[in-house]
Amino acid sequence: MSLEKIVIIGSGPAGTRAAETLLRQGCRNITVISEAPASGGQIYRRQPQGFGRQADEIYGSEAEKATALHRSFDALAGSVDYRPNTLVWNIFDRKVFTNGPDGVEEIPFDRLVLTTGAMDRILPVPGWTFPGVFTLGGAQIALKHQACAIGRQVVFAGAGPLLYLVAWQYMKAGAHVVAVLDTSAFANKMAASLKLLALPRLMFRGLKFRRDLKAKGVALHEGVRLTRIDGDRSVTAINFTKSGVTQRLACDAVGLGFGLNPEMQIAELAGGRTRFDRTFRQWVLAHDGEGRVAEDVYVAGDGHAIGGADVAELTGERAAWAVLADLGLPVSAERQSVIRRALKRQAIFRQGIEQSFPLPAEWLVDTPDETILCRCENVTFGEVRAAITELEPNDVNRLKAFARPGMGRCQGRVCGHVLAELLAAETGRPLEEVGRLRGQAPVKPLHYKAAAGMAEAGIQQWLEQADKVLENG
Amino acid sequence: MRLGELARPALEIKIDGKRFACLAGDTVLTAVLLAGRHLRQSEFGDGTRAGFCNMGACQDCWIYRADGERIRACTTYVEGGMDVYTADPQHHVA
Repeated sequence: MSLEKIVIIGSGPAGTRAAETLLRQGCRNITVISEAPASGGQIYRRQPQGFGRQADEIYGSEAEKATALHRSFDALAGSVDYRPNTLVWNIFDRKVFTNGPDGVEEIPFDRLVLTTGAMDRILPVPGWTFPGVFTLGGAQIALKHQACAIGRQVVFAGAGPLLYLVAWQYMKAGAHVVAVLDTSAFANKMAASLKLLALPRLMFRGLKFRRDLKAKGVALHEGVRLTRIDGDRSVTAINFTKSGVTQRLACDAVGLGFGLNPEMQIAELAGGRTRFDRTFRQWVLAHDGEGRVAEDVYVAGDGHAIGGADVAELTGERAAWAVLADLGLPVSAERQSVIRRALKRQAIFRQGIEQSFPLPAEWLVDTPDETILCRCENVTFGEVRAAITELEPNDVNRLKAFARPGMGRCQGRVCGHVLAELLAAETGRPLEEVGRLRGQAPVKPLHYKAAAGMAEAGIQQWLEQADKVLENG
Repeated sequence: MRLGELARPALEIKIDGKRFACLAGDTVLTAVLLAGRHLRQSEFGDGTRAGFCNMGACQDCWIYRADGERIRACTTYVEGGMDVYTADPQHHVA
């Protein structure tokens, strides 16, 4: 048994499995903090109370997994200090800073398990800020969580497995799906098929989505380039080119996405190391192979590297075994080896997915100057290019300081990677050399009411810190 | 547009002073978008916005309560009698 304070952030597949394993193995002082009102994460997001759909209507072929995960969490929630609806906005001095229903709190921890999930990776397309354009993940949440479609005539555009999954789910739910515009050519998927066969069930599920969509008359275009989303007060059409021919499709909503980006801000604040992953073409957390990313800090799920829900469950449990080993408690070598083997197959499949749906980052050099790059602060590609040319920033954080992209409310979650891609492309440097936007507190907006609720001593400390910074220039 | 789940209790909220019917369990974002096609004006004059990520990450759907308090529309559920504004009702600087 251990009474060490273990704080888990996130209650999705990774957080649930981590908490379950720790509890079962004798940890008796666990806190689970989640910004969401209910467990499940984004992938197994639960509908609010009062909705009547059955699990298979919401989660399709994954209904059993979703239900099992929800049951696991519900069974453990009473045995841990569970704090839903609670934002973690900083990690500092071995304390988690939260803002929840009872206001702000500081929770000291002995060990920290981070399962913070991911959000859609977006490439800006002219017109992408019009009402009616949502992320693919956002379009899926509208359906799962609200039983709504994002529009009456919906186009799904971008790259990645989510593209076909969400289109299929919309079609099944009775929405009108106009088309799927896949930026990756069919040849990419053919070339990746051997890797995808590492998980045949998932590969054949993807093929089924395509077949069903085609059978229902949904237009599937592959190898397209998205050129413009038209709109007035909201979306009216999407334009794309395929084999040199321009086409225009009338629609009132677009679900847009190019895979996912890990949400690593909290891990960074906790001292987590990052590394650039060439396969993913993105930064991920650099752990030791078992989830250890800094002293007493462990990571799992899409928040540490994109892998999907099954990988999240596996790595959540893996992180728990690492915690247990470090606590000197017994670990199951058998389970660890099962997890390791399963993750190997998943990694091969994931390489296949990345090869099937490469990020068309080469578009960015041709994106028109007037296109918005940072949607929080309305910074255009032209303004960023001018800053790159005139001020010659050597990394993406300098560029942010010069031209303000990534400085808005989302803290660069949406445009940070675009900024890095553009800086690399415009200066002819490798992507990993231009760096990434640093995670900073508060990682999400904080009410000034919450700030005012902080202990007076805390504010005093903060003011002194600010004074020092000013004095030192 | 709604694709089902219509058997939930009806609620009424005010959006920019006008009454709209919605259902218990709707988020503020759902309710406002069903009442119109957009949510708010960008503070930087580049047009209307209607949320984007729907999961509390992009922060593009913050609107206002009558007292000027900000709420993130995609992660806030409607309550009967709620009074929300798509622009700052207290005329503070946005």
